[in-house]
Amino acid sequence: MLDGTKAELTERTALRINPAKTCQPIGAMYAALGIHGCMPHSHGSQGCCAYHRSHLTRHYKEPVMATTSSFTEGSAVFGGLANLTTALQNIFSIYNPDVVAIHTTCLSEVIGDDIPTIIKKARDEGKVPEGKVVIHTNTPSFVGSHVTGFSNMVTSTIKYLAEKTGKTTDRLNVIPGYLDPSDILEIKRLLGILGVSSILLPDTSGVLDTGLDGNYTMFPKGGTTVEDIKSMGDSFATIACGHFASHAAATQLENQCNVPAGFLELPIGLTGTDRFINAVRQYATIDIPEAIEEERARLIDLMSDLHQYLHGKTVAIAGDPDHVIAMTQFLVDLDMKPKYIVTGTPGQFFERRIAEILKDSGSNATVKQFGDLFEMHQWIKNDPVDLIIGNTYNKHIARVENIPLIRFGFPILDRGTHRLFPTVGYTGAKRLIDEMVNALLDKKDRECDEQWFELIQ
Amino acid sequence: MRKVAIYGKGGIGKSTTTQNTVAGLVEMGKKVMVVGCDPKADSTRLLLGGLAQRSVLDTLREEGEDVELTDIRSPGYCGSLCVESGGPEPGVGCAGRGIITSINMLEQLGAYNESEKLDYVFYDVLGDVVCGGFAMPIRENKAEEIYIVCSGEMMAMYAANNISKGILKFAQTGKVRLGGLICNSRKVDNEREMIEQFAKMLGTQMIHFVPRHNDVQRAEINRKTVIEWNPQAEQADEYRTLARAIDGNDMFVIPKPLAISELEKLLMDFGLAEV
Repeated sequence: MLDGTKAELTERTALRINPAKTCQPIGAMYAALGIHGCMPHSHGSQGCCAYHRSHLTRHYKEPVMATTSSFTEGSAVFGGLANLTTALQNIFSIYNPDVVAIHTTCLSEVIGDDIPTIIKKARDEGKVPEGKVVIHTNTPSFVGSHVTGFSNMVTSTIKYLAEKTGKTTDRLNVIPGYLDPSDILEIKRLLGILGVSSILLPDTSGVLDTGLDGNYTMFPKGGTTVEDIKSMGDSFATIACGHFASHAAATQLENQCNVPAGFLELPIGLTGTDRFINAVRQYATIDIPEAIEEERARLIDLMSDLHQYLHGKTVAIAGDPDHVIAMTQFLVDLDMKPKYIVTGTPGQFFERRIAEILKDSGSNATVKQFGDLFEMHQWIKNDPVDLIIGNTYNKHIARVENIPLIRFGFPILDRGTHRLFPTVGYTGAKRLIDEMVNALLDKKDRECDEQWFELIQ
Repeated sequence: MRKVAIYGKGGIGKSTTTQNTVAGLVEMGKKVMVVGCDPKADSTRLLLGGLAQRSVLDTLREEGEDVELTDIRSPGYCGSLCVESGGPEPGVGCAGRGIITSINMLEQLGAYNESEKLDYVFYDVLGDVVCGGFAMPIRENKAEEIYIVCSGEMMAMYAANNISKGILKFAQTGKVRLGGLICNSRKVDNEREMIEQFAKMLGTQMIHFVPRHNDVQRAEINRKTVIEWNPQAEQADEYRTLARAIDGNDMFVIPKPLAISELEKLLMDFGLAEV
């Protein structure tokens, strides 16, 4: 594994090795967990559901509840109607969630199960108790990535639930994107300081970051309530963070309920957070409170104090497109040199947007959408970088090439605390700088000749 | 054991021809199993005398995976053995997967074992090979000889040519070969000569020309093969001849499918010629 990658580059079209993405349903399942009282349901074979749950658990270090249609050979041939109907009946009688959010799998997509008809039939037959919500989205894994699945679930949730009563509220919708619960909390904290009342969808805080108080609840306190999702149609505006994970949902809400939408990137780093704060200011017509100015100034101070260690450092970044785009912007803010920029998620927008960000930076980067970590490793072998930023799957490259790895994005399977510290906002930016500078200095302290081994940096 | 699959355009008479031919073979004393690979499950009606047979997939659905061979295989005319794959109702599920499931199940249950002493297994496959499932009988050497039922009608020949492309593809990796074309006459002008020429161009033979006869229809109404319904009928002898021809066949080829222009030229040459 460690030594398997050779420097010599060969033309590859069909094959992906270490693909920098995963299945659509993982994203859909994660998004569904951000709805209050929701049971994600995987319409397919048991293995899909088991893998998706365990993968989420490995990142969030929390139990992840989800149900499955448990397809057998017979369901593959005859379709999943019988299994899904029984599943709905069982789920409501045993677990009693407020919402069941169904996502499909490769198998049910290939046989073409008609989920809305199955839901309607189950309802007509009284298998869905009065007042309970069943929604669905299509998540074939042979299309897109987990980010696509996430986006599909958020979009479908809005499609099923958001309503316009005609009476606009004073609330701002935020579709935050594929973020950790700590990031969601940070966004809510910033909105609190700005004094803007908001609805976040999905909101996994209070679901996948709950405390240990000795009691287990299958449906924790967190998550966006159905009532709130419905009223998103009456909010005065929507801010959607991330082209790949969030923009489709905001467009859906704009078309469905005429809620004006602001299309932003993830509020990661200085520029990203500035744009977010500024968008909130414009939509909510507020002034920026001094507390926010102070937070920003502290970040600027840190950037300037540590500029000497970061400027000109070359970086390889891999991960989900919205994260990588925002991180590239932040690295440019820091005068660093993004050199290899890869996402496994397909989409030409990625390369166009990265090119725009890098246009005036003087950075000559190799950028690839629908790429893989194997190829990025080959690039690094041919011409190394100072730093790698990406998820756990980059650790093989980091070790074999002796390059520090900053763990960032999803999934982080081999460290325990990342999910608890935000990467968004000015706070998140400070933490990212902290990790980057420490990683670079630790390497220097470990490896430099004695005459360069300094007590004071 | 010879493993035979019958393909051809929808409605061309694959099931009728298969069953009548099988009747000829069993009459000769051969032990034959027919596997219907069509979700409509109508491939063994004449051999079973119209008995509604529970399909493999119905059994799987109702009994779960604990299925016995006797649950899914019924004795038909003159010791023939009949199996219907069956499949989902139109518009749901995956019929192709059904064929795969059902053939795998027959293998698991030992339907093809030496101890069954089969001389022939016949797969009767629905009209067009629309997905991998319907190609199952010609994959992995399940069927080794293919007969294509066709007529002198354009679309039937077009379908036969397409099926040849499928055989060509699988022949490169496996043992499957084309055994010949069975012309099920539609009384098209110069039909016999045209199909003979078509077969020659594909690199194969027209193994038999089955003339059109109303006795086939009469026997079908009686839920019987022609041989069972009226052993003395002229048409019964046609099927006996076809059965003997298949039994004695030793011409198994990798077909050379025609380009569309060649196929159209063939139709022009024969179809518009003076009768």
